Parts: sequence; structure tokens; C-alpha cells
Amino acid sequence: MFSSSWPILSLIVWLPIIAGALVMWFGAGRAQWARWFALASSGVVFGLSVALLPRFDTHTYAMQFVERVAWIPQLGIHYHLGVDGISLPLLILTTFTTVLVIIAAWEVIKEKAHQYLAAFLIMEGMMNGTFAALDAIVFYFFFEAMLIPMFVVIGIWGGPKRVFATIKFFLYTFLGSVFMLIALIYMYFKGGSFSILAMQQLPLSLTEQVLIFLAFFIAFAVKIPMWPVHTWLPDAHVEAPTGGSVILAAIMLKIGGYGFLRFSLPITPDAAALLDGMVIAFSLIAIVYIGFVALAQSDMKKLVAYSSISHMGFVTLGIFVIFMIAENPLNVGGSGIRLALEGAMVQMISHGLISAAMFLSIGVLYDRLHSREISAYGGVVNTMPWFAAMMVVFAMANVGLPGTSGFVGEFMVILAAFKANFWIAFFAALTLIIGASYTLWMVKRVYFGEVQHQGVAELKDVNPREAWMLGSLVFLIILLGVWPNPLLDLMHATIEHLAQQALTSKL
Amino acid sequence: MEKIYLAIVLAPLIGALIAGLFGRKIGNVGAHSVTILGVAIAFGLSLYAFYMHVWGGLPTFSAAVYTWAAADSFHFDIGFMIDHLTVLMMVVVTSVSLMVHIYTVGYMVGDPGYQRFFSYISLFTFSMLMLVMANNLLQLFFGWEAVGLVSYLLIGFWYKKETAILANLKAFIVNRVGDFGFLLGIAAILMYANTLDYATFFERLPALAGVKVEYWPGVEWSLPTVIAILLFIGAMGKSAQVPLHVWLPDSMEGPTPISALIHAATMVTAGIFMVARFSPVFELSDAALSFVMVIGAITALFMGLLGIVQNDIKRVIAYSTLSQLGYMTVALGASAYSAAIFHLMTHAFFKALLFLAAGSVIIAMHHEQDIRKMGGLWKYMPITFVTFLIGSLALIGFPGTSGFFSKDSIILAVQASHLPGATFAYWSVLLGVFVTAFYTFRMFFLVFFGKERMDAPTRSHLHESPKVVTLPLILLAIPALLVGYFTIDPLLYSGFFGTAIEVLPAHDVMATLHEHFHGAGAMMLHGFTSPVVWLSFLGVALAGLMYLVLPNQLPMLFARIFAWPKRVLDGAYGFDDFNNVIFGGGSRLLGRGFWRIGDVRLIDGLMVNGTAHLIGVTALQWRKIQTGYLYHYAFVMILGLIGLMTWIVFLR
Repeated sequence: MFSSSWPILSLIVWLPIIAGALVMWFGAGRAQWARWFALASSGVVFGLSVALLPRFDTHTYAMQFVERVAWIPQLGIHYHLGVDGISLPLLILTTFTTVLVIIAAWEVIKEKAHQYLAAFLIMEGMMNGTFAALDAIVFYFFFEAMLIPMFVVIGIWGGPKRVFATIKFFLYTFLGSVFMLIALIYMYFKGGSFSILAMQQLPLSLTEQVLIFLAFFIAFAVKIPMWPVHTWLPDAHVEAPTGGSVILAAIMLKIGGYGFLRFSLPITPDAAALLDGMVIAFSLIAIVYIGFVALAQSDMKKLVAYSSISHMGFVTLGIFVIFMIAENPLNVGGSGIRLALEGAMVQMISHGLISAAMFLSIGVLYDRLHSREISAYGGVVNTMPWFAAMMVVFAMANVGLPGTSGFVGEFMVILAAFKANFWIAFFAALTLIIGASYTLWMVKRVYFGEVQHQGVAELKDVNPREAWMLGSLVFLIILLGVWPNPLLDLMHATIEHLAQQALTSKL
Repeated sequence: MEKIYLAIVLAPLIGALIAGLFGRKIGNVGAHSVTILGVAIAFGLSLYAFYMHVWGGLPTFSAAVYTWAAADSFHFDIGFMIDHLTVLMMVVVTSVSLMVHIYTVGYMVGDPGYQRFFSYISLFTFSMLMLVMANNLLQLFFGWEAVGLVSYLLIGFWYKKETAILANLKAFIVNRVGDFGFLLGIAAILMYANTLDYATFFERLPALAGVKVEYWPGVEWSLPTVIAILLFIGAMGKSAQVPLHVWLPDSMEGPTPISALIHAATMVTAGIFMVARFSPVFELSDAALSFVMVIGAITALFMGLLGIVQNDIKRVIAYSTLSQLGYMTVALGASAYSAAIFHLMTHAFFKALLFLAAGSVIIAMHHEQDIRKMGGLWKYMPITFVTFLIGSLALIGFPGTSGFFSKDSIILAVQASHLPGATFAYWSVLLGVFVTAFYTFRMFFLVFFGKERMDAPTRSHLHESPKVVTLPLILLAIPALLVGYFTIDPLLYSGFFGTAIEVLPAHDVMATLHEHFHGAGAMMLHGFTSPVVWLSFLGVALAGLMYLVLPNQLPMLFARIFAWPKRVLDGAYGFDDFNNVIFGGGSRLLGRGFWRIGDVRLIDGLMVNGTAHLIGVTALQWRKIQTGYLYHYAFVMILGLIGLMTWIVFLR
């Protein structure tokens, strides 16, 4: 379909940004045109990203669809793009989620709709750029730049405490990435290149590795977010409009996990092996402690936000438990390392779908009753049966029920964690109980029971637009739960190479 | 055959999807026709598979349908393993399910969720078949959780009822406690055997028998014990063994057909099936077997006792189910796996029958479930009366009924066991016989005999249920009465299960029983002279004395004499109160504490805003220096200049 000389990744990165700019300039006063144009362009970008799949070679870990031209040659900075088995799934997740967000905004965002849509299109391009970047400066540029549209989205279309939330969000993530920039510059001076792949080859002493690891760790731990630097996320979610929450939870958090895989493991393998205990401890705290915190929430968005942090604990656990698996003398044959890494990847994709679904569902309710409080609802199933049915699917996916995507990653990570240590698996598996408790208790209070309020009695079930939006997520969540193998096939070669890099000492 | 196995699971699934997604379009008749057709196909093909395997000499089948996930060096498949244990379960599941489907047409008539109900029970049948037909632990867990999901949906089927939606939440979470252990058990198997495939695991098992693990410094466990107990924790949740039994009585909030299908005949026996399937592991650990036996014995006796004080007809049968599941578990602990599966089968028939007959009573009583408000129903509903009687006789183990053969075999097997705890278990199951007979016939007499205690309008409308309800009762009464007599010899003493169940010679109580077994007829005759049967007669007699002969005096008198034990029983030993306060209240408190103190006060208050505050305060102090007065700055500059010059001139 596309000849290999097509700069397809560049299209995926820049097309949304150009489209966003067009929507911004020409969309004022033409909201309906802006919506259709935004939908069309995000649809094209989604199509382009899916078109990568058949031409993607799953047998190699090498970067594919590579584009490389000098950008600032004096500093060795190249405009260098490419994807492998870990960035491609995340790229497609991004383009898909953006389409959903634009559909979700359709008749809901009335004020400055064109600007809202433009912000999401521009954000999409930047997130795509982050996943496709192979040059550290290009990566850093997109990594930082995407904060601006998000800042704007929360700051303009957000809730009453949006200013506080945006500043907290911005300070946290910005502070984190400053350290990353220092680490990148250090490695440039050491190795003379900003190429991420070159940095992965760069020999570093243990002290250097530990410092660089910590710099990256601050950046990515804030982003994903890990306990104890997670408190910006619930605030940001609560104030963000639905689309902002969806992108934040489905994509932006994943950039943290992606960073660990792309930078921390291959660049500083010895430091990662040294400090893995700390990360695992934080991950388990996220899974257990944050799960309990979610139980105490009365605001649906806060509950799902905490649930996200808890679920991302499985991502960091899966990534960093590999060193203990490798060291465990009881683990004859040493298997389980790739299981853990692939489990973390699947968890990221699955959480992207589930958290998007959860936040979109809360948005559907919020659009009708303008409340996120659990107590404002009750008995929604009586008036919105189709919506409630889909929501039960999402809730079950959040609980990690087999047959939904939520099960796959957790299952793989827990099985792999047992190969490291019984107690890690023990604490991780507690999510079975805690996750079920906070999710289904919310479902009970919001969806089941008699109609509690006049507002609920007047609710209208999902319209076709909402049905398609949520229905597509139901389909993907179940598809991925019933047959995750195609997704895993995409990443085998890359993960195998990554595991090798992570477990090979640079000293 | 592969296509047939696939058709067996897919037929109910397709029925469920059609009824669920297009229920409004196809209407009530369409929904029940398509699901009944699906289950009937599954039943017919299961019978064929049973025939082919048992008489047709087909060997054990095991193959993957598709690769669910291949990661690392592992293959996680969706695949079937069909051996004699599987085909037996398939026939039990599909036959009871078919009866329940037909019965539901009459029971749920006029319910606004009619199509949804059929969709759920067909989905359940699919999930349960996936569970029993699995050839690996992934799919077992898949089916395990799927039946849990459907159970959750069906307990909360009447979603407006507060009690129902509380009960389904409770059922899911308590089951998840069991699943927590189960999943760790699966992880342990993957850790040491590097496979989730049954056959491969059992092949590698001998090498693992001697492995010791130490999860707590200084405490060494044998690996089979750890795996067996973790798996059994899963079984305790699903098969409602003490202390994870608390969800099952509350599950009666769901419509009666599913109480029969899911919470009596099939799903709750999944734990029993799973332990039998993993007999090779359990055989390697006396400790695990003892644990299983003691838990089962406690459940069998003490849950039976609770049946005595219940007044809701469904709750009596629910506690009876708990107690009977306890019997099966005891049998597993005594290594009498075949006896456990035998009782699983007979219980599936007679307990489904009892529940459906109770449902027929409930229809007649206009959804009144309190047995104190019934009485004298025998003359209004003869078919229900006779079938209920057959179910009750089977439950108490009246000689000749199916329940007699299976329960007697379990008691004899426990008697023959030499494992630690066997004596306790023996006395528990023996006493349990008396208790079972008493609560069963207390219920039976209160419902069908004595004064008609219902109000006049209800009485004037009393009549037998429609044919679509009574037909399944009759069809279930036949196996409830006869299946034991005809199958005890083949199932227990003729090596029916073959290699599906493995028993070490040292544990082989069934071999001991075999020596004393001289045919079903002889066992029946001998039954009349055994203490077991006399204990059950005694229970029936006492129930008759209390509720037929002296109904106005004796129950009151007993209640006064046994006031204290009755209070304990009325509180169901306090499990619910304990769980509500300690686990329910405790975790909510913990959640609030973590949030308010950990997140809000420590992290945000002290660290984040504290830092922000500190910067703010420092900046404020710093600002004071920046006065803006020129002479201040000039003064400082002069001071600096003097300092600098001093340093250069004198100190360098």
C-alpha cells in the first residue's frame, strides 16, 4: 500500500499537528466543520498507524520504518524516528484513543469546541512523536511539549479547582523531566550522540548508572505515576474534562512505562538490577495501599484514578521483577523474564482501553447529571440498561476477569512474580480481592438498586454515538482477553532483545 | 470427535449471545427456544461423547483448540481434555441445565428480565462446560471465573432488591478470596513445573514430590502440600467450605432456578471436581488431605446444624447444600475421590430436584418462602409433593435412593481412612446424618403436612404448578431415585475413572470398601442394619414427633431448653458479623486512613505542599532583604568591597 520510501511515521506524527493547527485557525464559529475535520484527520492517522501492522516484521528487534535526517548537526541531534514491538502497540493505542476522544467531545463540548479538538489533535501528534522518537532530544521535545496542550485542556475546560490541578500537574511532571534532561546531556557529552540506540550501547560505570537511573526514575515514576509521587493524578483527573482524563489515563501514564523499557533497562541495566527492590516495593505499595485508598473514594473519577495507579503498579512490577527472576536459584531454567516484560506491556495496552472506557462512562453520566459523586446516582440500570451492561463489562475488565484484557497482564505478571519470590506474588495477587471490592462496590452503588434520585429517573440510555464509542471498547477489551496472542506476537522479538540488554552487565 | 466437543461448548454460548443481544427482537418464546435448543444440543452430544468414551472405547482426548498466548517458554492454550471424569461431568451439567431451562419457562413467566435470564443461564452452561472440559489450568481458571461472573449476575438478577445486590457483591468478593489462593497455586505450578497443562504437569510431578520450600524463615513445607493447599483454598471459595461459605446462603436471593443449577448442582461442585482432577498432587501430601478432610467435616456437620433453625425454605436447602458439599470434601480428604464425584452426581440430581420442587411450592405460595406460613400442601400439589419427597429421601440417604449409595460410601470410606483427622471426620459425618434427616423432614412436614397456616387468599389460589414446571421435576426424580443403584458398581468399583483419578495404595480406602461390596442390592439390605440408616430414621422420627404429633408444644419447649445453642445457630456462628466488622469495616477504615493520613496529610500535606510552603517562606524572608532603597544596596556594596579588599590585601 505504501512504498517503503514514504515517511509514514512522520505523517503519523505531523499530520495530527497540522490538522490541529488548521482546526484552530479555521474552526472558529464553525464548530460542526471542526468536529468533522478533526474526526476525519484522526481517523486517517489511526488508519495510517494500523497500516503499519501488515508491513511490520515481527521477527526482528530492529527499529522499523526508520527515518533519519540531521536536525542540528552541530550538536549531533537527528530527526530520527522508528518503531519496534514495544512502541508500535502504544502508537496504535494513541491514535485509536484520540478518535474516541473526538467522538466523546462531539456535542458535549460547546464552548470553544474547535480549540478543544485542536488541542487533542496536537497532543496526539506529540504523543506519537514520543513513542516514535529514536533521538533523545526529539523524545524530550515531544515529552515536554505534550504537557502544554494537556495543561490548556485542563485549564480551560476543567472543573472549579482546575488552576490548582494544572499547576500541580505541570510542576510535578516538569520537575521530573528536568532531571532526565540533565542525564541525557551527560550521556551526550560522554558518548557524543543523542541517539537513544547509541545511549543503550554506551558503557557507564555503576555510579554513573545509578545517577542516570535515578534521574530517569524521577521523570518516569512521576509520569506513570508511582507511589509516593502519585498525588497529582487524582487531582488532575477530577478537574480534567472527560477527554483529558481519557488521554491522561490511557496514554500519558504509559509514557512512564515506555520510558522504563526504552531508557532505564537498556541504558542502566546494572543500576536497575541494584535498585530493583525499591521499585518493586513501590509497585506493591501501589497495588495494595492505593487499592485501599480507592475503596475510600466517593468521587467516581477519583476512584478510577486511584485504580489506575494501582493497575500501573503491575507495569512497574513486571518491568523490574525480572532481575529477581533471573537471580532466583530455585527457578530452574530461568524462565519468566519475558513473561514479566510482556505482561507489563499487555497491562499497559489493556489499561489504556479499560481506563479510557471507565472515564468515558463516567463522562456519559456526567454529561447527563453533572455530578461525579457516587451518591448522586443509584439504580442507573433501571433507566440505562444498555449503558449499564457495557459498564459491567468494563468493571469486570477492571477487576481482571478472565476473558477481558484486564486479566491477561495481571495474570502474566503474577505468574512471573512467583518465579521471583512467593511474597511478591502474594501481595500482587491481593489485587484480586481489593480490585473486586472497590470496583464492584462502586458498580453496586451507582448502577444497581432502586432509582434513588429524580435525576436518575429521567436518564436517557446511550445514544448511537455513545453506543459506538463504548461498544468498540467492549469489543476490543473482550477480543484482547480471549485472544491476546496476536498482540504478544508483535513484541516477542523486541522483548527478547530487551531482556537480553537488561540482563547484560555494562560493567 | 473434536468438532463434537467444540459444538458442545459453542451451542449454549451461541444461544446465550442470541438471547442476550437480540432478546427484544426475538421475544420471550424466541429467547427460550434458542437457549433450550442450544443446551439440548449440548446435552445430546454430551450423551454421545459419554457413550463413545465409556462404551465406544475412545481413549482420553487432549488437544488445544487455539493458543491463547505464547510468551517466554510457555504455551497457554485453550484446549479440551476429555476422559471419563469429564464426560460424566458434562452429562451431569448439561442434563441438569436442560431441566432448569425448561423449568424456567414456567418459573420466570412474566418477569421483565425473561430473555436476560435465559441468556445468563446458557452463558453459565458454556462457562461450566469450559471449566470441566479444560486440559490446562488457564482454561480451568477461565471457566472458574466465568461461572463466578454469571453467578454474580444471577444472584443480583433482581437488581432492585437491596439484599440481592448486597448478596452478589459478597459472593464475588468471598469467591475472590478463594481465587487468590487458587491463582497462587497456579503460579506455584508454573514456577516449579513450567507448564499449566494437566498432563505435562502430572508427568513432571514425581520430580517435584521431594522438593521443600521455605516461605517463612525456619518453616519448611513440602511443595505438593503448598500447591495442594493453595488449590484447595480456591475450592473452598467456590465450593463454599468453612470459613468461605458465607456467600452461599445469601446467594438464595437469586431466582430459584439458578439456586438449583448454579448454587446446588453444578457451579458449587466445581471445587470438588477440581480437587478430584488434581488427585495426583493431593495424594502426595498427607497434610493437605487431612486439612481437606477436617474442613469438609466441619462444614458437613456445622452447616447442617444451621439448617435446623432456618425458616426460609430456600435457606434450609442452601444450608443442606453446604453440608452435602462438606460430605464431598470429606471424601476427597479420605482419598475417596470417586465417592466424592459419585455424591456430586447424585446430589446434583436430588438437590436440583429439591430446589425446583421448592420453587414450585414458592410459585403456589405467591412467592412466600417462610415454611411457618405453609402446611398441608400435599393435597393441593401432588406431583410437587411426591417429587419433593423423593428428593428428601435421597438427601437423607434412605436405602435404595441415589443419596443412600453415595453418602453411605463416603461414610464407609472415612471410616476406613487412617489419616490424622479421620476419626473426627467420621463422627462428624455420622452425626451429620441425623442432623440432615431432622432438618429435611422438619421442612418437609412443615410444608406439606400439618395445619394450613397460610392466609385465606393464598389458600384459595393453591394449585399444582403447570406442566412445564412439573415435567422437569419428574425427569429429575427418576435419577434422584435410581441413579445410585445402577451406577455405584461401575463408578466406584469397576475402575470407571481409570487414570483420571490417581490414588496411592497407602490411601486406597476404596479398595477396602471394595472387599466388603457385594452388589448394590446387598448394600441396600445391609443398610437397614447399619447405624447410619437408623440415625437418619431417628432424625425423621424426631422431626415427625415435633412437627406432626406435638407441633404446638415440642418446638417451643425445645427452643426454651436449648435457648443458648439456638442463639448461636440463629447467628450462624457469628461469621457474618465478624466479617462485616473486621474485614468489611476494617478495610473501609484502612482505606480512609491510608487516604486521609497517607495521601492527604503526609504526602500532599507534608512533602508536596510542605516543600511548596518552605519555598514560599524562604522566598518571603529573602524578599525582606530586597528593600528597594538605594542606600541599603549601596551600603551592602561598600561592605562587600571592604571585605573583598581585605581578603586580597591581607589574606592572600
